[in-house]
Amino acid sequence: MSAASIAFLAWVRGPGFHIALGLFCLGLVWRLIEIYALGRDRPLAPLRRRSGASGWWTILRRSRPSAEHESMVSYLAGYTFHIGLIVTFFFFTPHIELLRRAVGLSWPSLPTALVDGLAVVTLLALGVMLASRLLDPVKRFLSVAEDYVAWGLTLAPVLTGYLCFHHLLLPYTTMLALHLASVEVLMVLMPFTKLIHFVTLFPSRWMNGEHFGRTGVAA
Amino acid sequence: MEKVTVYAAMRAGGMSRRAFLQACGAIAASLALPPGSGRAIARALERTPRPSVIWLSFQECTGCTESLTRAHAPTVESLLFDMVSLDYHHTLQAAAGGAAEEARREAMAANHGRYLLIADGSLPVGHPAYSTIGGVSNLAMLQEAAAGAAAVIAMGSCAAFGGLPGATPNPTGAAPVSEVVRDRPLVTIPGCPPIPAVIVATLAHYLTFGRLPALDPLGRPKAFYGETIHDRCYRRPFYDRGLFADTFDDEGARKGWCLYKLGCKGPTTYNACATTKWNGGTSFPIQSGHGCLGCSQPDFWDGGGFYRADALPFGPLTPTATIAAAAGVAVGGAVAAANRRKRAKARAAHRPITVDDLEKGQEETP
Amino acid sequence: MSASLERGLDRFRESLDADTAGFFATCVRCGMCAEACLFYTETEEPRYTPIHKLQPLKRLWWREYTLVGRIAAALGLSKPVTGGELADWSELVYDSCTLCGRCSLVCPVGNDITYMIRRMRDGMAAAGYAPPGLVGATRRAIELGSPMGVQLATLQAQIRHQEEATGLPIPMDREGADYLVLLSSMEIVNTPEMLGALARIFDRAGVSWTLASDAFEATNSGIQIGVAELAREIVMRTVTAAERLGVKGVVSPECGHAYMALRWEGPDLIGRPYRFEVLHILELLDRLRGEGRLKVDSTFNLPITFHDPCQVVRRGGVTEAPRNLLKMVATDVREMEEHGVYNWCCGGGGGVSAIGRAEELRLKAFGKKRGQIEATGAKTVATACANCRVVMEEAIDHYQIGVELVGLTELIADHLETEESHHG
Repeated sequence: MSAASIAFLAWVRGPGFHIALGLFCLGLVWRLIEIYALGRDRPLAPLRRRSGASGWWTILRRSRPSAEHESMVSYLAGYTFHIGLIVTFFFFTPHIELLRRAVGLSWPSLPTALVDGLAVVTLLALGVMLASRLLDPVKRFLSVAEDYVAWGLTLAPVLTGYLCFHHLLLPYTTMLALHLASVEVLMVLMPFTKLIHFVTLFPSRWMNGEHFGRTGVAA
Repeated sequence: MEKVTVYAAMRAGGMSRRAFLQACGAIAASLALPPGSGRAIARALERTPRPSVIWLSFQECTGCTESLTRAHAPTVESLLFDMVSLDYHHTLQAAAGGAAEEARREAMAANHGRYLLIADGSLPVGHPAYSTIGGVSNLAMLQEAAAGAAAVIAMGSCAAFGGLPGATPNPTGAAPVSEVVRDRPLVTIPGCPPIPAVIVATLAHYLTFGRLPALDPLGRPKAFYGETIHDRCYRRPFYDRGLFADTFDDEGARKGWCLYKLGCKGPTTYNACATTKWNGGTSFPIQSGHGCLGCSQPDFWDGGGFYRADALPFGPLTPTATIAAAAGVAVGGAVAAANRRKRAKARAAHRPITVDDLEKGQEETP
Repeated sequence: MSASLERGLDRFRESLDADTAGFFATCVRCGMCAEACLFYTETEEPRYTPIHKLQPLKRLWWREYTLVGRIAAALGLSKPVTGGELADWSELVYDSCTLCGRCSLVCPVGNDITYMIRRMRDGMAAAGYAPPGLVGATRRAIELGSPMGVQLATLQAQIRHQEEATGLPIPMDREGADYLVLLSSMEIVNTPEMLGALARIFDRAGVSWTLASDAFEATNSGIQIGVAELAREIVMRTVTAAERLGVKGVVSPECGHAYMALRWEGPDLIGRPYRFEVLHILELLDRLRGEGRLKVDSTFNLPITFHDPCQVVRRGGVTEAPRNLLKMVATDVREMEEHGVYNWCCGGGGGVSAIGRAEELRLKAFGKKRGQIEATGAKTVATACANCRVVMEEAIDHYQIGVELVGLTELIADHLETEESHHG
């Protein structure tokens, strides 16, 4: 541990966090307005079902795996790392404390050993996702640099968080600073990459379900 | 200068041979030295003359000295004053005024190149006039004393990192010893106050081996500052199980659960409190029901509050988020307006397509 | 930039809405839509991945409708959409997409890819990159009234034959009838028995119906190729006839996209709601069945399976009617493993059957349906779309598979309760 790493930690906890939070809020609000202010037309044909309600159901229903058995790797690893990210972010005590400070809400945490184990599983699942992106012909074909950047942005907080918790590789203070810094970089870039799907996923599913719902199909 | 060995001084102070050997063993253990090192220390202390120590106090509260002098005899920490020939310490010495300063100069001249310099308190580097002794600025006094010192010990967090005087807004321009002393072996023993046993063990190591113990990049003896309080805390199992005290008088507090949520800085604080403990091994802050303040870490005063959970961002978040979101509305609104204009323009340019038009592009494509 | 390209790009710009922008922003390039597309599963060529088919439209959105994209474009960091690029995409947007909507159903983030392909086709057609086969069909639909060039005289000849075969009148331009029944060219040319089947069913069920001499064609090439004004012109023919005849309802025939065009998109195309109801023929038959007006006195007893036409079932919501009807008339119904809204397309929907250059690909894509049919063990496949039927019949001939295709309406007509059996 060096004085530089302590200064770095102080920076990422102070000005760095505020800058990241600010850019995150700025970017997210801007992007959401940019996307959704384009508006949508209402269909004139008589609907078979209340399509808006159908959209809400689709938000839930799309969380179930579809009938495509060929995508099992994507499904399993995809579910695993998303659940892992959600649980480790929302149910680890220090994170809950952060959220309590930020939004004033708090809830019980999960046992640290459980969160810890899940972090390992999440890292493994992210590894599988990368392998799949590199090896699967379709994913490799579709992939652009942004996909690998987004993968790294997602992995970094989990990895540094894990190393930090176990005091591995680097002194705790340095690793904690890196952990916070990785989260801050993620926050800044999230609205401007495909990672914005953490929000737009819900309107997209709703719109899809609303389209299908007009004809009465539960999508 | 008399050549009394450390051992002789200790015996004169009323210590038995047995207690002396036990103390040497304890020092060896605390430094994590190999088995048998206790005897090596004992032999060294039997032979080695007590070194001359000049103790300079700058911008400090005397807490470091208090910590040492309040140590219970006959404990390891009480050995300090037997181990050394304390030739200058303006709080403890009998002499005062010009006589005291004269004694310091004499000791420094007599032991030039051999004496140990201990400094506690930070230096008002920004405004040297804020702290002077006998008309000499702290800065000048440290520079003069360090020039003839064999090694320098920065005692306590103020000397090590600037401490309270260096906290924001740091009106005196306080700086740690390390910013002034750059060409002498320097060990920092941070803490507010530092653990007496650490000082003793560090001195014993110096006397035994003639060099300072292994130090980390912040100049702290690794044997004592190698792990965090959290690593060695007896309440750690509660942290791992997710059991926390939410207030100082709830069930969790009474049951002795983890104090993380109450602001305990154990996870980021490197010190030996959880193992060495205080007051002759009686207790340490967490054991007494209060979280660690992180007093041995740099800038711990500015760490965002003693009762705010570790690693959390500083400062109020809501204004930042609100201002940024408002800016987002402005940017997004501007883009949305531009987008709508663009689409309206395309719609205005809309001309009905005929069947003939459907074949045109292919003809034009190279 | 050519005028036609600019016209095409302007169509992209016109159609960009929150839905499309949101879908593009949300895509994580997981590639799962590929597994939902029979053009990928049967060829394993990654370029047939549905979301990839939208690449030019996505880039236009990013370059022109996002601030970051605009800045990047201004700095020359991204390329504008070119005519050559659209030419390259023509095969992806038309030949290898039947608008079946399966990708939209499986996308984990909820992107309605088919919805965007429709917008993509709007711009492609306006820029002049629609395939010649589909352009020809559209020209015939606009100029002759039918994509296959079927004229009224042809229909009248088929009507005469069917009237003779059934001994029942087939009404034309009868004002005040309850239902205006539409046909598809495919039916008129390839399966005229459908007319006779309708005549018998409506006679037994006591349904008042008519054909219209100026609006007998239900198909809508304008929708398939992606030109709203042409689609509107075609829909308007039906609307005009229906309102002139004063019918309560218009019945869309056994044709997939005709139903989608008329039932779900027509009102938006003409800019106002209809004054009549639109039903798929199976919806009407199921309604009659429910009212006890449609009965059979014999059953089809060999194993039979049902091919769900995408635009009728997945995109049209007519899921239960075909099953109710089939259960009424057949005793050994074997559903395909993935059926109903999860069915696999025949490979020729969305205008693909009209694209000559796509024939080889279409036959290859049929592999999915072939496997599904063979897995059921049934030798008879019922369906409710003349286009699906012709596409599958051609493929079955090509691969020499011993499978019979039958229209569900005809199957019911063949087992209809007769006057004699009713009274006897």
